[in-house]
Amino acid sequence: MKTAIAIYTIWYRDMLRFWRNKTRMLGSIMFPLVFLAVFGSGLSRSMGMLAPGVDFAKFMFPGIIGMTVVMSGFMSGISMVWDREFGFLKEVLVAPISRVAVAGGKTLAGATIATVQSIIIMALAPLVGVTLTPLVVIELLGLTFLVALMVSSMGILISSRIKSMEAFQVVMQMVTFPMMFLSGVFFPVNNVPDWLAVLVRLNPASYAIDPIRQTVLQTVQLPPGVPGLSSLGLTVFGHTMTVWEDVGVVAVLAAVLIAAAMWSFSIQD
Amino acid sequence: MTEKNIISVEHLVRKYGKFTAVDDISFQVGAGEIFGFLGPNGAGKSTTISILCTLLKPSSGKATVNGFDVARQQHQVRQSIGLVFQDPSLDDQLTAQENLHFHAMVYNIPGSVRKKRIDEALKMVELDTRRNDIVKNFSGGMKRRLEIARGLLHYPKVLFLDEPTLGLDPQTRNRIWEFLLDLRTRENVTIFLTTHYMDEAEHANRIAIIDKGKIIALDTPDKLKDMVGGDIINLKTVDDKKAADEISQRYRMQATDGHGELLLEVANGDEFIPTLVRDLNTRIISISLRRPTLEDVFLKLTGRAIRDSEVSSMEAIKSHMRFHGRR
Ligand SMILES: Nc1ncnc2c1ncn2[C@@H]1O[C@H](COP(=O)(O)OP(=O)(O)OP(=O)(O)O)[C@@H](O)[C@H]1O
Ligand SMILES: [Mg+2]
Repeated sequence: MKTAIAIYTIWYRDMLRFWRNKTRMLGSIMFPLVFLAVFGSGLSRSMGMLAPGVDFAKFMFPGIIGMTVVMSGFMSGISMVWDREFGFLKEVLVAPISRVAVAGGKTLAGATIATVQSIIIMALAPLVGVTLTPLVVIELLGLTFLVALMVSSMGILISSRIKSMEAFQVVMQMVTFPMMFLSGVFFPVNNVPDWLAVLVRLNPASYAIDPIRQTVLQTVQLPPGVPGLSSLGLTVFGHTMTVWEDVGVVAVLAAVLIAAAMWSFSIQD
Repeated sequence: MTEKNIISVEHLVRKYGKFTAVDDISFQVGAGEIFGFLGPNGAGKSTTISILCTLLKPSSGKATVNGFDVARQQHQVRQSIGLVFQDPSLDDQLTAQENLHFHAMVYNIPGSVRKKRIDEALKMVELDTRRNDIVKNFSGGMKRRLEIARGLLHYPKVLFLDEPTLGLDPQTRNRIWEFLLDLRTRENVTIFLTTHYMDEAEHANRIAIIDKGKIIALDTPDKLKDMVGGDIINLKTVDDKKAADEISQRYRMQATDGHGELLLEVANGDEFIPTLVRDLNTRIISISLRRPTLEDVFLKLTGRAIRDSEVSSMEAIKSHMRFHGRR
């Protein structure tokens, strides 16, 4: 109970700060918004169809949702490094609450913020001609929150070892860029060179983008006679991943990363 | 450890790599006492506090606070203490009230008394009218007062104050001290403070003088000052070196060099001054007599002035302010 209150308190403070500082929100959705604006504006029509009924804009839209979650999920780590740099972390560390609660509260806050930001992107679905039904939105919220938890705990894990803001930002770039470019945000992951295919399948983000894409694309009206869009799906050893299989991979990774973050954060000088 | 000692430290050592910041110190603090750590920059004051507050592990030795081991019973220690850190530790994007509310929540102050305690704490430091202002817009002194209020919110048994009044103006410093002394009488809180302000150290019941990680003296302010024999004469002459030689030959007395003047320790200063003025061949510019201060004690024990062994306190204040103003 005490731990739950502590987690809630830490989460609540980060929500307050997020709310006070709405311009910061813009920072992490700027990049996705630019992509959407460019590809939503008609450029994608000139690029042809990736699958029946799916142009490049529709293909990339779910990827952009995933990308937003990955980029803003890492903000949990930035927030932790800020707290350390500006002294507030000491107030937290000397309080009679466990380190596990501190890491947990920060992770949850980061995941919540990333999910909220993904909602903003979802609201732009009509720009690319995608209509999200309420049910699909609920499914997407569940998915993005899970993915956000995974990324957010990665941020906390890294921030527990890398303590300066400059260093953390470098590491964050080194991690998020390959995660995004090798995950199928920008291209279908089948029919790519072997080396790339291997990297894509080793990338946790691939298993995050795939179920989001499957969920979004189920709203696309397929032309008659087309069985499905599995050609765009992620295959592992020739097996096409289902949403639940992807969710399983992400959930396991999230659990491992949260545990690692809590453990690493509890080590004392 | 006896029942009465609320802090007990035995052979405490803390190393950073090869460097020993705290070097085998031992002391006891009784319940309700105001205990001061006085020493120059880098003496190991903050390091000791960090260990007592469970933020740092001791390299060796043992320390207990409120009867709990700081390395093995961290949770109980944290529950017993309040802290005002040397560096700012408020969330300056939240309001004063929100900062206190956060504290009340993580210290598990029951909802029924939370509001009352927050009101009380804000009144005490005269910030109740500013409670809904964002901390970023507070002055350095207001932030400091808020931190002190926060440290007391959960009625700790022991309050650790690391340079509590660094960078504050004299009025604010006095107000904070009035308040701390009152608190001690009312609540019987034990106060452990570090400082390098001599006048501030005088408020303590007992003082440990710490230098280069070692405690070099520990006693009441009066007893410490008694270590310096009698009175202090500050003497300025046209040639201090010549005057010092003359004094040591004539009176077999060691004159120490302190910042462009000579310091003499004498038993009966008021009788000695006329003799000195009459006998000294070097021309005297000024002469004055005073009771010894803790500064003189430090000088006597280490051969250095506290001021010499640290950056000037102005500089310390500036760097403190810079930190405050960074965001
Ligand atoms: N994290 C650290 N790593 C390495 N050395 C450190 C670390 N923290 C402190 N030190 C060193 O330990 C010594 C004691 O530092 P400490 O902060 O305890 O001094 P202090 O007495 O509080 O000084 P001040 O009056 O400036 O606050 C200093 O020489 C300092 O450089
Ligand atoms: Mg210090």
